Amino acid sequence: MPERTLVGQNYTTPDLVAKVTGKAKYAEDYRAEGMLFCKLLLSPMPHARVRRIDSSKALAMKGVVGVLTADDFPPVKPDQSGLKPEQALTNEPVYQGEPILAVAAVDEVTAADAIELIELDLEPLPFAVDPIESLRPEGANARLEGNAYVDRKVATLKWTAEDFREVAAGRLPFGKGADEWKVGDVDAGFKQADVVIDETVVIQSTGHQPLETRTAMAYWQNGKLYLHGSTQSVARTVASVAGWVGVEPSKVVIVSEYTGGGFGSKIPGAHSMAIPALLSKKTGRPVMMRISREEEHFIGRARAGMQARARLGMRKDGRITALDLYIVMDNGPYSAQGDARSSGSIASLAYQPMTMRFRSVAVLTNTPPRTSQRSPGGMQVNAILEPIITKAARKLGLDQVAVRHINAPAGKAPYGPPGQNGKQRYVTSAFVKEALDRGVELFGWDARKGRSGQRRGSKARGIGVAVSPYVGGSIGFDAIMTIRPDGRLYFQSGIGNLGTHSTIDVHRVAAELLGMPWEKCEVIWGDTSKHVPWSCSSAGSQTVHAMTRAAHAGAMDAKRKLQELAAHDLGGKPDDYDVSNERVHRKGNASGGLTFAQAAKRAIELGGKYDGHELPKDINPMTKTSATALAGLGLMGVAKDNYPRDGDTHSYVVGFAEVEVDVETGAYQILDYTAVADCGTVLHPHSLAGQIHGGSVLGMGHAIGQRWTYDQHYGRPLAKRFHHTKPPTILDVPVAMKWDAVNIPDPETPVGARGIGEPPVGAGYGAVLNALVDALGDDAFRRTPVTPDVIVAALDAGKWTHEALTAHV
Amino acid sequence: MAENDPVVTADEGQRGVSRRNFIKGVIAAGAAVSTTSYLFRGGSILGQPSLPGAVERLVTLNVNGQQRRVDVMKQETLAMTLRYKLGLTGTKLGCDRSECGACTVLIDDVPHYSCSILTHSVRGRKVVTIEGLASPTGQLHPVQQAVVDAQGFQCAFCMPGFVMATVGYLKTNPNPTRPELAHGISGNLCRCQDYNKILDAMMLAAEYTRRSSRA
Repeated sequence: MPERTLVGQNYTTPDLVAKVTGKAKYAEDYRAEGMLFCKLLLSPMPHARVRRIDSSKALAMKGVVGVLTADDFPPVKPDQSGLKPEQALTNEPVYQGEPILAVAAVDEVTAADAIELIELDLEPLPFAVDPIESLRPEGANARLEGNAYVDRKVATLKWTAEDFREVAAGRLPFGKGADEWKVGDVDAGFKQADVVIDETVVIQSTGHQPLETRTAMAYWQNGKLYLHGSTQSVARTVASVAGWVGVEPSKVVIVSEYTGGGFGSKIPGAHSMAIPALLSKKTGRPVMMRISREEEHFIGRARAGMQARARLGMRKDGRITALDLYIVMDNGPYSAQGDARSSGSIASLAYQPMTMRFRSVAVLTNTPPRTSQRSPGGMQVNAILEPIITKAARKLGLDQVAVRHINAPAGKAPYGPPGQNGKQRYVTSAFVKEALDRGVELFGWDARKGRSGQRRGSKARGIGVAVSPYVGGSIGFDAIMTIRPDGRLYFQSGIGNLGTHSTIDVHRVAAELLGMPWEKCEVIWGDTSKHVPWSCSSAGSQTVHAMTRAAHAGAMDAKRKLQELAAHDLGGKPDDYDVSNERVHRKGNASGGLTFAQAAKRAIELGGKYDGHELPKDINPMTKTSATALAGLGLMGVAKDNYPRDGDTHSYVVGFAEVEVDVETGAYQILDYTAVADCGTVLHPHSLAGQIHGGSVLGMGHAIGQRWTYDQHYGRPLAKRFHHTKPPTILDVPVAMKWDAVNIPDPETPVGARGIGEPPVGAGYGAVLNALVDALGDDAFRRTPVTPDVIVAALDAGKWTHEALTAHV
Repeated sequence: MAENDPVVTADEGQRGVSRRNFIKGVIAAGAAVSTTSYLFRGGSILGQPSLPGAVERLVTLNVNGQQRRVDVMKQETLAMTLRYKLGLTGTKLGCDRSECGACTVLIDDVPHYSCSILTHSVRGRKVVTIEGLASPTGQLHPVQQAVVDAQGFQCAFCMPGFVMATVGYLKTNPNPTRPELAHGISGNLCRCQDYNKILDAMMLAAEYTRRSSRA
């Protein structure tokens, strides 16, 4: 283990001054000579078939240059599910707001006027916006092919009238499902329980709402597409754009130096990028597509809502003996989403139930497309189960932290469905108990317990704690770095720069291993023409884990080459040499040997593996192409992460919240919030704080107010802008929040660091919901968000009044 | 950027010539700064005359301490003029409807959402954008320096708006408490949502601003 000179230290990221002076260029900040603007024609209906499009009047308008329809796209075939994959423009819109056509004109106003002159003849088709309604015997199917995913294929799935008697009683029926797994004997587990809670709840769908919409600008040059867009991975957007546009990946250059947030909605890039790309090809001019906030609501992706029923059994000591979980997931209109499946896995990891049965069904709806949103499935199941655990613990008179402690995963904790050998998978490590202990101290849990459920006048206090795990890293990616004759170390980064700083942070691992001062390091990012290596998407909390491993592998390769080169030139064996102080030198003589600058020059002279002319066999083809282009510039470290790993990497956050509710108005304030992370070795504290608090607040937004609402009769959304489904503002969160990390290295990765983007979300969400249960009692709500009207109506009626089986209200 | 790359970044037009001299030259030539009108019909591309009853189109704006002559349509917002005619793309559009504050600029020292201000209404007033805060030698404004020192933002799309809102608020209350400052900048949304660190940075900004005004 090298001395920690960079890892764990704060520093100023090299992109920050550009950001704070307004010089940082996001997609809409680029201009190209002769650039056109395009506007989109969106479907006015939730489901329809295009019978006829007449663009002649629009094309006759002065300033209009071209029109693009679905017919201009490369043909696609249905995938294994039986559905045709989503394309940026369509002849069968499957949600209100889906783009049908685009017009390019010399200015945006002309393009917008031209849209008004398009004659569009649509045949209305049946639609469904609420999964439960689609499961009724007479309910409409969202797609002509069916209404649900059964065995990975789209099929028609209906529950019986008998099943729906349960719905009338406010309980989700255990009707026919699609996915099912179990661990242990659930019935026996319930027999061991001293208390059993059975609840039906609904978790809302929400848009990702990155502050930068998916605006994109494209032009072609010598048969090559240059696309300026907003993405969570520069390296990986090449292949997806190539597929959408119908060209070879070698013909695509992606430029995305700065991305204004993604939260899962830009993995990698966006389907809509194909629109300016193909319009530019068709018109022969650059095309800018500015996406408005309202358009972003439609095409900007969303989290899958869930209608769920959970039965949970708890023993007198707080141990969860049985969990029976059934989830109906609002899948949106396109590809099968993994949220529900993740919910099952995360529930089993977070609370380690002694026995568990999981069932789910993904139902298609005519609402905007879903995709993973920060802690997909994890956040939802946290909201489903945390209040139930809180109620069970209260019935048994147990401390809420003690209950999380006794059920917390530890070490190589098992989780998820059993595999073919009948055994569950397991995680690399978990230090949740340590995080809970630290949180109790930092939050002052014991002192606050006296305020639990306290009433003063119209104000009720409540405190809550929640445990939230999520996947924290992948493996097997590549690194390229070069020490050049100028004595500096250059890193190529294919990671998206969406604000986590990991684009830069991960390379500090390599600088530290090579003993290179950070001031002499350059990170090259944001442009695939600058020869970037194969890397993970900045999604699913992968990057810090995956790319510190790759950086480590690359640095070890560079170090070995420095040692071999020194032995070649100066005699002795490679192992006689060490690197430090910007030199490769004999051990014990730090001032001898070669400077890095000299070694770089020698590497170029020697060629072969030293300067990248010979490359490892196992690197990704993208890395190989990039390394080949960089060969001869200096001593190259290039390698694939082949480090072993035993278990699946997950990270964990525990959240603590205190709320004060006005029982006369239902309004409440989150007074305090503290979060503690178990994400292995801390790489960059400032950045980690941003992830922990930022993720927690995204979760709080789901607790306090964000949601979609639909006109169920016409299938039209009513919440399309920030103020209809408002993210938390600075006044909605505590004025000062605390955080810490247990900072225990993960034993299954060389740097010890795991990712952290997802886990805080469920911690913030669950802690606030639990604090509300603590303040208001067991029966105040069965749906999220918990808005003041939900609270005040429940307090008035003495029981929850907003039922749990209607989506999008 | 490759040599044959046709992309022109917004500040490239001024490379090798100081902005002041460039503007002077343009004014001397009697031309407007803007030669293209990307978003508004009626620009020179189409050669349309201005509509009858339209307000005067060629106006002079005071932006970041400079007099800028610009061709403006009557319905044009300040955000559009800044971004598409004056090359000041640091002002961001997050919603275009006064919901998010990403487009905040100072008008006579008061923070405004430039997406919801007509350019014509700021004639004769002093407009300052994120590009106008640092000194000509590149020294950062105290608020910018505080953001750098505290690594106060993440994706930073909201950052220019927050910085301008803070600069404006501190002019009215140089010594705010943490809750006061939160109120002062609550018209701005951040979706990465670490408001805690934003407030840390802006409290530091208040301190730096006080220190620099004493100096």
